Amino acid sequence: MTRTHTLAEPRVMDDLDQLEAQSIFILREAYRKLKPLSLLWSLGKDSNVMVWLARKAFMGRVPFPVMHVDTEKKFPEMYAFRDEYTKKWNLDLLLGYCPPVEEIDPSLPPAARSAARKTAGLAAMIDKHKLRGVIAGIRRDEQATRAKERVFSPRGAGHRWDVRNQPPEFWDQYATPYEDGMHIRVHPLLAWREIDIWRYIEREGIPLVDLYFAKDGKRYRSLGDQDITSPIESNAATVAEVIAELESSKTSERAGRAMDHESEDAFERLRVAGYL
Amino acid sequence: MRSSVSAWRGICKMGDHIATQTLSAAHRAAATPIVIVGHVDHGKSTLIGRLLYDTDSLQDGKLAQIVESSRKRGLAVEWSFLLDSLQIERDQGVTVDSTRIPFRLGSREFVIVDAPGHRQFLRNMITGAADAEAAVLVVDAQEGAQEQTRRHAMLLRLIGIRHVIVLLNKSDVLGFDESKIVQAESDVRQLLGRLEIEVEAVVPASARDGDNIASRSERSAWYKGPTLIEALANVPPPASRLALPFRMPVQDVYRFDGVRYVAGRIERGTVRAGDRLTIGAQGQIATVAEVCRWHAPELPVAGAGESIALRLEPDLVPDRGDLLFPADDKAAAPERSARIRTRLFWLRGEPLRVGESFTLRLATAEHDVTVASIDAVVDLDDLTLRQGDEVPPDGFAEITLAASHAVLFDPFSPGFGDGRGVLVDRHQRIVGGAPLIGPADLEDGVHAIHPTASRISAGQQAQARGHKSGVFWLTGLPGSGKSTVARVAEVSLAAQNVKATVLDGDTLRAGLCSDLGFSPEDRRENIRRAAHVAKILSESGQAVIVALVSPLQADRDLARQIVGEGFHEVFVDTPLATCEQRDPKGLYAAARAGKIPEFTGVSAPYEAPLSPELRLGADRTEAETVSELTGFVLRVVQP
Repeated sequence: MTRTHTLAEPRVMDDLDQLEAQSIFILREAYRKLKPLSLLWSLGKDSNVMVWLARKAFMGRVPFPVMHVDTEKKFPEMYAFRDEYTKKWNLDLLLGYCPPVEEIDPSLPPAARSAARKTAGLAAMIDKHKLRGVIAGIRRDEQATRAKERVFSPRGAGHRWDVRNQPPEFWDQYATPYEDGMHIRVHPLLAWREIDIWRYIEREGIPLVDLYFAKDGKRYRSLGDQDITSPIESNAATVAEVIAELESSKTSERAGRAMDHESEDAFERLRVAGYL
Repeated sequence: MRSSVSAWRGICKMGDHIATQTLSAAHRAAATPIVIVGHVDHGKSTLIGRLLYDTDSLQDGKLAQIVESSRKRGLAVEWSFLLDSLQIERDQGVTVDSTRIPFRLGSREFVIVDAPGHRQFLRNMITGAADAEAAVLVVDAQEGAQEQTRRHAMLLRLIGIRHVIVLLNKSDVLGFDESKIVQAESDVRQLLGRLEIEVEAVVPASARDGDNIASRSERSAWYKGPTLIEALANVPPPASRLALPFRMPVQDVYRFDGVRYVAGRIERGTVRAGDRLTIGAQGQIATVAEVCRWHAPELPVAGAGESIALRLEPDLVPDRGDLLFPADDKAAAPERSARIRTRLFWLRGEPLRVGESFTLRLATAEHDVTVASIDAVVDLDDLTLRQGDEVPPDGFAEITLAASHAVLFDPFSPGFGDGRGVLVDRHQRIVGGAPLIGPADLEDGVHAIHPTASRISAGQQAQARGHKSGVFWLTGLPGSGKSTVARVAEVSLAAQNVKATVLDGDTLRAGLCSDLGFSPEDRRENIRRAAHVAKILSESGQAVIVALVSPLQADRDLARQIVGEGFHEVFVDTPLATCEQRDPKGLYAAARAGKIPEFTGVSAPYEAPLSPELRLGADRTEAETVSELTGFVLRVVQP
C-alpha cells in the first residue's frame, strides 16, 4: 500500500458544502435507522437533488428503492426523464398509482382535492411496502406550513401529521419512535432554499426535465400535475439564468400551485392528512 | 446547599479562544442562524415581522396577506401574523412552533428562528434554538425579566449559544426615559451575568413602531449603542473547528462492491490519508488508506463538518458510535469515564428521578445509562442551585449518569459539537438534553453501580410478542377479590395469546418479601419491590397484573412513578361490608378479635383511589368483573 503524506489543507466549506454535508448525514441516519426505507422521486428538481445527495452519501449508489407515485397526469417529458434516469442512475424504482379523484374528500377545494389523490396513492404505497421511512424533498422555505416540519417527522396511524405534538429535535439527534402503523418522513432538504437547490444543480451538473427552462417566454418554476400547475413568465433558459432570475425575484415558488391559494387552511389540511 | 448558578464557572471549558477564520470575499458563507426568544407577549413575533419589513425581506404578496388577515379579524396591521401561518395558531392567537425565515443585511445572510414563549412548547424552542449562533432575548422594558425570560436565558446557556443581544422592547411605554431604561438594563444584565452569559448589547426599542430596530430612534437621543440591526451585523461568524484534534464518530459501515467504507461526519479537526487513528473505547489502531467521496474533487484530506467515508488499513469493522481520534497524541485523546456529570434540561412531562435508565446518545454513539444522582436542581425563581430529589418537567439540573462501560467524550463547549448528550427513553423518544461536563469521581466507599438496559426496544418486544406490555395495579380491601379476578383474567388473556403474569400480595410475601411485616414502612417497601418486579416483567413485554391491597395513595403513586408509562390503576371497589362478609381467609374475624394489628379496613386506613383508570364495582358477577378487566387489558396491549 502506498501512503500519501501530504500537506494539503481541507477545503473551506461554503454554504452549499455545509448543506450537502448535513443532507448526507441525514440520509445516512435514515438508512441506518429506518428499514424498509424508500425515497420519493417526484421527478422534480428537488427530488433529483435528493437522489444525487443519496449517491453522494453511499458512494455513487442509492441503496434503497426510489418511489414514484404516479398521478398519470404528469407531463410526458417527466415520464421520459424517469425512464432515462432510472437506467442511468441504476435506481430500484417502485411505481405506485393514485386513486381516481371521485374517491377523494369532496369538501376540499378542486385543486387541493386533485392534489390529495397523491396523498392517497402514497399512503397505499407505504402500506403495501410496509415502509418505516419515507424520504421526501420538502423545504422550509416553500410554504409556511412546511417551515414547521422536523427533519425526522413521525406519522401516526393513518399517516397523520400531529403538528401540535412534534418531538424535540436538536443537536442532530433524530427521534425514531415506532409503533404499529407508524412511519417516519425524512426531510434531507428541509434547510435548503430554492436558490440553493439551483446553485447546487449548477455546481454538480444535475440533469433536469426541460420544462424548468423557458420556451416562448414561459417556464415552470415548480412541477405538479398538468392540470394544477401553471408556468411563469420567464426568459431563463439555462440554470445560470434561472439563478439570476431568482436572485432578483421575491415571488413565492409555489405561486403557480393552485391549491395553495384556494383557502387559508387548504394546504395545512392536506399536510395533516399526509400530503408532503 | 444553595449557591448561585455562577458556581458553574470553570467547570466547562469554553471554545471562545478558538480563532475564527478570515475568508475571501468570494466565499459564500452559510447563513447565520439567529434565534429570537423571550417571555410570551413581550413581542417576539412583532419584532420578526418588523425586521423582515425593515430589511426588505418580504416576498411579494406577503404584506398584502398580512393586511388582509389582520383586516378579516378586525385588527390593525399585526406583524406577528406573518409568522402565525398555521390556522390553528391564528385561531388561538399564539405561536405554536418555531419557524425559520431568511433575511439579509448587506452581504451577510441570516436565518431568523422564531421560538415560542409558552412553557409547554419548550421542546419547540430548543428545536429552533439549538443550532443558532446568536440569540435576541426580547424583554418587555416595563415588565422586565419574567419566568420564561429566565427559562429561555438558562436554555441559551445550556444549548451553547455564544452571543446574546437583549432587546428592551416596548420602551415607548416608558417614554424612552433614560433613567428607567438604564434601570431595566441593569436588572437584565445582572440576571444574565448570573448565567455567565456575555451580553453583546442591550437595545432600547419599540418593535411595533420600529425604534432602534433598523434605524436609530429620535425618541432615544441619549442612547449611543447599536441598533438591533447593527448589533446583529456585529455577531462574529462561527468559530472554526479545524484546528482542534480530530474526532469522527462512526455513523455507519458500508460494504459496496467489495470495498469497506467507514462513514461519518467529522466533528472537528482534520484527517489525512496516512493518519493513524484509534477506534473507539476498544482502542484498536488503523491507518487511513483513503479519504473517499463521490463526485467531488479528489483530496487526500478532509476537515470538520464534512460527511465523508474512510477506507482503513487494516480493514477493521468499527461499530456505529465508535469515536475515531488521533492515535499518536495522548494529549489529543478524549475523556474516558463510565460516570459523567451533565447539565440537564429535562423535556419529559413527568419528573426525573434517580435510578431511571435511558440511552445516552452522543453524536452517533448510544450508551445505556442510569441516573446515579441528582446533584443540584436549578430554582427558576432566582436561578440558584438547590438540593432536590427530582427534576420537574421542563426543569434544569446537574445530574450524574452511570454507564455500563467507559464512554469516550469531549466536554461540552458552546458553539462546538462536543459533549452534546441527549437522553432517549425506551420508546426512542428524546426526553432531555444533557451537555456533558466531565467525568464524575466516586466518593470514597461508594460502590459504583452500572445498571444496563435491554437492547430490545419496546417496539421490537411488541412486534415479537404480538402485543404491547403494561402494568395493571389492582388495589382494594382485603377480601375484595383482587387475586381471584387477577388469576382468572390471567387464564383468559392466555387464551387470547397475551402473555400475562400475576404478582399477588400473599405470594410475594411468601418469598421475595418474606422479611417484611405490615408496618407502614414495610408496606411501602413491599410495594416498592412489587413495582420494580412489575417494571422488569413489563419491559420484557408482558401484561403484568399486580394484586396488592396497597392502601395508601402515596404508595400507589410511588409504584406509578417506578413503573412509569404503562401503569394503570385498577380499583377493585368491593365495599367493606361485602369483604367482611366474604372473609375468605378469616382475616376480618381475626382482626375484629384484635388478633391482627393494623389490618386494613379495620384498624388501618384504606385510601380509595380518586381517579383510577378502571373501577371494578361490586354490583357485578365475578365473570363480568373478569371480562371487564380482561377487556381493559386487551384494549391497552393490543395494537
